[in-house]
Amino acid sequence: MTAIVDYKAGNLTSVKLAFAAIGEDALVTSDAATIRRADRVVFPGVGAAKSAMENLRAMDLADVVRESAASKPFLGICLGMQILFDHSEEDGGVDLLGVVKGRVRRFPDVAGFKVPEIGWNSVEGTDGAGIGEFYFVHSYYAEIVPETAFSTEYAGVRFTAMVKRGAMWACQFHPEKSGRIGLDLLRAWLEVPAVKR
Amino acid sequence: MLTKRVIPCLDVRAGRVTKGVKFKNNVDLGDPVEMAVAYSDGGADELVFYDITASAERRPIDIGMVESVAKAIRIPFAVGGGISNVADMERVILAGAEKVSVNSLAVRTPGIIAEGAKEFGAQCIVLGMDPVRSGKTPSGYEITTRGFREFTGMDAVEWAKRAVDLGAGEIVVNSVDADGTREGFELDVTRMIAEAVGVPVVASGGAGKPEHLVTVFREAKADAAIVAGMVHFGDYTIADIKEAMHAAGIPTRMSW
Repeated sequence: MTAIVDYKAGNLTSVKLAFAAIGEDALVTSDAATIRRADRVVFPGVGAAKSAMENLRAMDLADVVRESAASKPFLGICLGMQILFDHSEEDGGVDLLGVVKGRVRRFPDVAGFKVPEIGWNSVEGTDGAGIGEFYFVHSYYAEIVPETAFSTEYAGVRFTAMVKRGAMWACQFHPEKSGRIGLDLLRAWLEVPAVKR
Repeated sequence: MLTKRVIPCLDVRAGRVTKGVKFKNNVDLGDPVEMAVAYSDGGADELVFYDITASAERRPIDIGMVESVAKAIRIPFAVGGGISNVADMERVILAGAEKVSVNSLAVRTPGIIAEGAKEFGAQCIVLGMDPVRSGKTPSGYEITTRGFREFTGMDAVEWAKRAVDLGAGEIVVNSVDADGTREGFELDVTRMIAEAVGVPVVASGGAGKPEHLVTVFREAKADAAIVAGMVHFGDYTIADIKEAMHAAGIPTRMSW
């Protein structure tokens, strides 16, 4: 079973519908025991990091998210990716889950670059090869880290578009809103084998 | 590189997509879901739906349509028309829309922008505006409401700045003068607003040829542009538009 973690950080309809479109009946849940039992865990999120962290703690989901990221196929999306990092500059500074060593920063104020970044940006692999264009909506970005598998560029900054560590994938873009290439990515993630414990 | 977005706009009236000029002479164009799928498959970067009769008929937006569109396409879409409060916004967003667009409502009740942004995030709240050329305001453009029927005396650029301060994450600048003419976007007001605010600006009204999009991206600093009649009536495809943009050196999403 694939669980989509509901921690009141944005709308999960699109994520559920995108999995349905590729034949996966994912379960939206806030229940830690259900998430613990799930074979695969999707961790989405939009909005502010601080309130998302507060929700995770208040709903007692921080530990199960950390455990899931370390132990089973796991997919962070957008804010769900950023929260895996150590720390964000948002709201004067927020400590995050610390699954990935690295920081989340505000886009610099650069003439000609609007914040939030909204739209389809091209994504490259670590070798610089083009992967394709994905849909992004965000005002903060995660710096490049050793686990960065895909990167992209905006406002003069190259940043993490996706991290991969074993079965843990997390992307800044929205695969559920990125047309065919987004569905291809979700399909590929569904084929990531379960981690042996 | 972030690409410039091409966004077909679908005006929905009684469950059908229609197209008129300045809210008159509406022609039936088809089923909203079928058209959404066709545009999504055809390379549209995003879609926008306006339930154009909801406000006038004082009824809420057609949520069933929003749900059907959300099931059928995997690209972002915005919905406007018939939004009266945060509860309406929530229903639209929970139905699967990425963004909610407010226009006349925000003029009457600017606080709705702040409420919506606080509840759902600025990226979900789009301010639609219908400026008309006017000698009465400093920028030379005045905000109209209720489908161009009422003049507000508000300056278009000042209103854009205020809306962004309140929390609007994007602004759609729909020129009353250019709307339906298919003679090109109103470049001046688009550029003034694009330069005045830090959020993305979507040009709307007047698209008739692919070159019009090239011009609005090059000369008016728009981040996205809305197309309607030129694609709805089959004169051009989204691919035609994107090929022209790509050929002109504008960053464009060319594979879908």
